[in-house]
Amino acid sequence: MIIEKKLLKQDSVEKLFAKLKADGRRILAPKAQGDEIFFEQVASASEMAKDYIQTTLSPKGAVFPRVEALFRYQMEGKDVKIENNSEPQPTVIFGLRPCDAASFAILNSVFSWDYQDSQFKSRLAQTAAITVSCSRADEYCFCTSVGGSPGDTKGSDILLTRIGSGDYLAEILTEKGKAMVTLAPELFAEAPSEDKEKYLAKVPVKFDLKKLTEKLPEAFNNNELWMEQSLRCLGCGACAFVCPACVCFDIQDESKRESGVRLRCWDSCGFSLFTAHTSGHNPRPVQSQRWRQRVMHKFSYFNDRQKYLGCVGCGRCSRKCPADMNLLEHLKAIAEAR
Amino acid sequence: MSEPNIYQPFLMRIDKITEEAPLVKTFKLVFVNDEEGKKFQFKAGQFGEYSVFGEGECTLCIASPPTRPGYIECTFRQAGRVTGALAGKEEGEIIGFRGPYGNTFPLEQWQGKNLLFIAGGIALPPLRCVIWNALDLRDRFKEITVIYGARSVADLVYKQELEEWAKRGDLKILTTVDPGGETPDWKGEIGFVPAVLEKADPICENTVALVCGPPIMIKLTLPVLAKLGFSPENTFTTLENRMKCGIGKCGHCMVGKYFVCKDGPVFTLAQLNQLPPEY
Ligand SMILES: Cc1cc2nc3c(=O)[nH]c(=O)nc-3n(C[C@H](O)[C@H](O)[C@H](O)COP(=O)(O)OP(=O)(O)OC[C@H]3O[C@@H](n4cnc5c(N)ncnc54)[C@H](O)[C@@H]3O)c2cc1C
Ligand code: SF4
Ligand code: SF4
Ligand code: FES
Repeated sequence: MIIEKKLLKQDSVEKLFAKLKADGRRILAPKAQGDEIFFEQVASASEMAKDYIQTTLSPKGAVFPRVEALFRYQMEGKDVKIENNSEPQPTVIFGLRPCDAASFAILNSVFSWDYQDSQFKSRLAQTAAITVSCSRADEYCFCTSVGGSPGDTKGSDILLTRIGSGDYLAEILTEKGKAMVTLAPELFAEAPSEDKEKYLAKVPVKFDLKKLTEKLPEAFNNNELWMEQSLRCLGCGACAFVCPACVCFDIQDESKRESGVRLRCWDSCGFSLFTAHTSGHNPRPVQSQRWRQRVMHKFSYFNDRQKYLGCVGCGRCSRKCPADMNLLEHLKAIAEAR
Repeated sequence: MSEPNIYQPFLMRIDKITEEAPLVKTFKLVFVNDEEGKKFQFKAGQFGEYSVFGEGECTLCIASPPTRPGYIECTFRQAGRVTGALAGKEEGEIIGFRGPYGNTFPLEQWQGKNLLFIAGGIALPPLRCVIWNALDLRDRFKEITVIYGARSVADLVYKQELEEWAKRGDLKILTTVDPGGETPDWKGEIGFVPAVLEKADPICENTVALVCGPPIMIKLTLPVLAKLGFSPENTFTTLENRMKCGIGKCGHCMVGKYFVCKDGPVFTLAQLNQLPPEY
């Protein structure tokens, strides 16, 4: 799938940013805010966080914002006028990780099965990913257990791997990637004959995915398992918020007098209100059932219906859980149970 | 954007409001844009997301039959924020509707069969759509029987239609109210739906049963149907879950790996038996 390999000098990144901006694109890149790192619009490569294993929030917001208008409306007497969004701005995400890049296909599988979500699709079409492969990983990372790897090319338009000289080995992977190179061909030199593998983090496989997916339908009925696993869960939803592959959303109106907006916002199956009926009846009344839904949806239902897993193994949910719930440990326990 | 916005509702004008029962109203809705109205098609059993601009959306079935094009009706109980705001709307005002969503009752497969409708309380709307659909194509079906119960006479919805149906010779209708819910001039049955069903003793051969009602009514009615010989494959009902998108994306309505909004809301009892009892 690789169209070509090139070398991008360390100091050429700034020049590439300038070319991309001149082409009318917004650049989102990891930026530090205290100890946390978020994808934000940057004007210069110098604003980027220098060293990070993984960003706090995933780059999901670029294609599926935390809160977005589905449309706006205006009441005029008894009439209502509806105004749709304009085309999204072309965007380049720089410095996302291979696991993040792989998540776009998962989101897309939901937004474009059956009914086509035009807003998501046009955002995705307008977004290009210049991914930086991982030279380091931590104990939370498990991409290799769910089909990814620190140098995986899935979902990226260009994959950069930092090599010994500090420069980047650039794999141009798609037409979108090629189009970016075409903006500044002079920045992309001939690639050295080096192999990227030796620069990549080593992430051991931590559980047997096949065993996990085979065992889940049976494990569904094991209430004790889910009770025990979820004892600490507060139902705060942080895990879904940081997850690059969580798609569930809510729809709410916000209005001021005669005008308003219908909003879509991230939601989480970890919240008790997620399934609460108006009558007060709740088909998922306890947290263990919500935890089960999270695991079943990502590793069983999603797999069945969407032909993707709902997880790329980025480890964010476990890094950020205030109650120290560790998804990886729980998956391991299910996969290894007899 | 090149493709249409799937969350953009049709604008609908409230053409007529009928007070059905305490806190229950029916809206007749017509398309503000004629062209949209002409293109609009749906089938019995489908639902939509109805919206009050500024308040949000709520999920209601389409209660009018597809055999009467040009308008749709919804019947709703004032329950919370959006249904409360809907209840405050007047004739001539505009609301939003997107749909039709969900699967349908397979009426095409029921040609030449008897239809048995069993409904309780506010759950008549989804069946009313099928009843009118069948009555409008009356010669395609054999016997049509409706058993409908509510807590009290005041709680019965579609009172005028119940009378109209009772006067028609081509369907059998039994209305019942819970003991104590009758009025002095009440001429219908007194008793709970399952008991009235058992007494009516409808034949199960070549018959499909459609059951919609509060969970407790469904729970007590299903064993009676089984006793009367109805197979799970010939027993149909609809499921309700909290819904947001209605189109298999938002994740709210999931039961196991199924989306009630896409794979339902219509299920046979045989299908329901395959679903996890809690999820
Ligand atoms: C397929 C289907 C068909 C149905 N058909 C009918 C029908 O024909 N007739 C009928 O009467 N009913 C029907 N219902 C039930 C109906 O959908 C609910 O009664 C209705 O949605 C209630 O909406 P509400 O806004 O009035 O209620 P509320 O409980 O006020 O709110 C519902 C919505 O408001 C928001 N909300 C309220 N409280 C909170 C909170 N604390 N936190 C976050 N968000 C909140 C949410 O967006 C929520 O979805 C049907 C349901 C389904 C699934
Ligand atoms: S972040 Fe942790 S506590 Fe919060 S909902 Fe997720 S698992 Fe539960
Ligand atoms: S579930 Fe956790 S590890 Fe998997 S993609 Fe989401 S945040 Fe990352
Ligand atoms: S209502 Fe959104 S997935 Fe069913």
